[in-house]
Amino acid sequence: MPTIDPEAVVGSRITNQSLSRWLHSLPGVDKVGLEARTASLGTRSIKTASKAWALDMAIQMMDLTTLEGADTKERVRSLCLKAITPDPTDLTTPQPAAICVYGDMVKHAKEALGKNKIHVAAVATAFPSGRASLPVKIADTKDAVNAGADEIDMVIDRGAFLSGNYLEVYKQILAVKAACLRKDGTRAHLKVILETGELETYDNIRRASYLAMLAGPDFIKTSTGKVSVNATLPITLLMLQAVKDWFDQTKIQIGVKPAGGIRTAKDAIKYLVVVKETAGEKWLTPKYFRFGASSLLNDVLMQRQKLTTGHYSGRDYVSVD
Amino acid sequence: MFDYSPAPESKDLVKFQASYGHFIGGKFTKPANTFSTINPATEQVLAEISHGTAKDVDSAVKAARTAYEKTWSKLDGATRGKYLYRIARIIQERSRELAVAETLNNGKPIRETRDADIPLVASWFFYYAGWADKLDYAGLGSNPRAHGVVSQIVPWNFPLMMLAWKIAPALAAGNTVVLKPAETTPLTALLFAEICQQAELPDGVVNIVTGFGDTGAMMVGHPDVNKIAFTGSTDVGRKIAKQIAGTDKKATLELGGKAANIVFEDAALDQAVEGIVNGIFFNQGHVCCAGSRLLVQESVQDVVIKKLKARMENIRLGDPMDKNTDIGAINSKEQLTKIDRLVKQGVKEGGEAWAPSCVIPKNGFWYAPTIITGVSPANTVVREEIFGPVLSVMTFRTPAEAVAKANNSQYGLSAGVWSEKGSRILKMADQLNAGVVWANTFNQFDPASPFGGFKESGYGREGGRHGLLSYLKGSN
Repeated sequence: MPTIDPEAVVGSRITNQSLSRWLHSLPGVDKVGLEARTASLGTRSIKTASKAWALDMAIQMMDLTTLEGADTKERVRSLCLKAITPDPTDLTTPQPAAICVYGDMVKHAKEALGKNKIHVAAVATAFPSGRASLPVKIADTKDAVNAGADEIDMVIDRGAFLSGNYLEVYKQILAVKAACLRKDGTRAHLKVILETGELETYDNIRRASYLAMLAGPDFIKTSTGKVSVNATLPITLLMLQAVKDWFDQTKIQIGVKPAGGIRTAKDAIKYLVVVKETAGEKWLTPKYFRFGASSLLNDVLMQRQKLTTGHYSGRDYVSVD
Repeated sequence: MFDYSPAPESKDLVKFQASYGHFIGGKFTKPANTFSTINPATEQVLAEISHGTAKDVDSAVKAARTAYEKTWSKLDGATRGKYLYRIARIIQERSRELAVAETLNNGKPIRETRDADIPLVASWFFYYAGWADKLDYAGLGSNPRAHGVVSQIVPWNFPLMMLAWKIAPALAAGNTVVLKPAETTPLTALLFAEICQQAELPDGVVNIVTGFGDTGAMMVGHPDVNKIAFTGSTDVGRKIAKQIAGTDKKATLELGGKAANIVFEDAALDQAVEGIVNGIFFNQGHVCCAGSRLLVQESVQDVVIKKLKARMENIRLGDPMDKNTDIGAINSKEQLTKIDRLVKQGVKEGGEAWAPSCVIPKNGFWYAPTIITGVSPANTVVREEIFGPVLSVMTFRTPAEAVAKANNSQYGLSAGVWSEKGSRILKMADQLNAGVVWANTFNQFDPASPFGGFKESGYGREGGRHGLLSYLKGSN
């Protein structure tokens, strides 16, 4: 995998000052314009064959998620079985990309998934707040990787970011990325959660995206799903624009994962339209775009059944999870 | 591949008659002296339209005069407002039908007629309905008076919207009107005539006469007309001004434009690119206030052009009835020829034309969205209004240079400024010689906001309180 030279990108030795200068030199984001563009893309009308394609792609891009204090081995096993056979009435239904769980549930998920190619993603680094010391975050990450996690979803230190301590945020991402290394030399995929709802402004979100991308993750991700504002379409468009510009500049392709609040097939299709018309077709693959969602799958399954059978079934015709 | 499957809006939402007469005194006349109106996307004939004669114009003006003397001037403002509210509501109720009709006859995408044209039409009637009983507060003292009979001539780029901009304030102020839609796009005006019947608007308050430029000239020249309101080309505007010179006819003329869209290096560039696209490719660039001259600061020229080209690759040109179409058909063969001629001229003068790869349909009139780089204020494409999806790109180094280049035009209708620095926006707005200056946006319209130009872009304002004043005179 190609890598970048962060100093070349920033144009100087990496210090908090140079990072600050670099991030604050990025073009601003006009809120009204961004939201108007998003609303306009939201009016695309996706029908028939393109709808069928989009629904199947949405399933394959899903990180089927359970992140509750009340999660148990049985709950995780049940979710894994659902991922293996999302719709028992239609075995042509594709499988989601991954199961996303807390670190201590990784082993149960691995066990339930067996040899299946569905990945296990673990949230780590004192998710969702990220308020722990770096050694704890690293230990949290290593624990999940050792348990067999294929992907790590880490959170950035929003406190450090908002107080202008960009170097701290950057160093933490590098440290967690290093902790993703396995003994055999391979590395668990890293997704960096910006927790956009806490960054609040689009300018902050663009800067956080660039700061995270500088550390070389596989994905940047909107949210934990644990705050009041999670993934939104404008935020996702903004992050897709960031990864597209990053790719044009560095030839490194980074993925985007909106998470939290995407509940309907209609919403998911709007996201795919935004992916296509912002980052481009290159991102229309589970390798570079994921949905972090729990209830979304069932709505997509119902829409899929409608396309196949011509009529709506109902909630009792898809399994609860 | 995520290709959008066809998503056509239903043509059956509107039923045109085979032929139309004029709408005079509340009734349609028998079709006579007809010509065909077509769908520019398919070149199929939609209906036969009557070409108005001197006799037609005279009877329309007579009907308007009678309605003014006997009915409309006798009604109180609240009652006039009631009719306007009623018309606004019927427009909303019939919005899908009107959107489809407009798209079929004009060639513009259904996405725009559905989301921009028709909602704005309704909003214009709602806005001026509210003014009808508040004319004492328009700024002309108590009890201002209407002019009487107004001749209104509207263009083909926003057929029903331009009708609304003209008729709503005229009626609110107490005038009666004779309106002529453009010869290529008469159908929504004729549907509007039906809406007037449906709203039980008193006969003769609104009269619609269809036809070509000669019909319009007769409407301007008719001795019993008190005021002219025209939107269209500067050439015709000039003829009108000559024609009414020496008479006491009042006129508002909303003419051509060649707007500068100025992007500073500190702008929100991604949104600026959206604004450039919206500024010039909205409605196929058939917009008098279109941002047809891009002025981009040299330091960000490369990144802006690169992003603009990438964005243009996503523009979907094709069937205007498809809900995913961004650019529809050019309204007429004549207009297409003009665009083509001007772009060729631009290239001949050293400009470099670029268009994204898009499939041009076989029938109908189409022009791919195009940008021309390497041009200067001396080039034809920078000076002349192209009225098509063609953007000329120039650069500047300092704000003063941007102002000088922007103002170096015979027109002065609109301009756009893109910067994250508020003070710069205000200073630019102050120095730009344009009737409308948009900041960090473009092509935004609101009935409460006055619209109109300087220099050869015309005179008078439409929209807001200013737009109302054009249809009123003081009582003393």
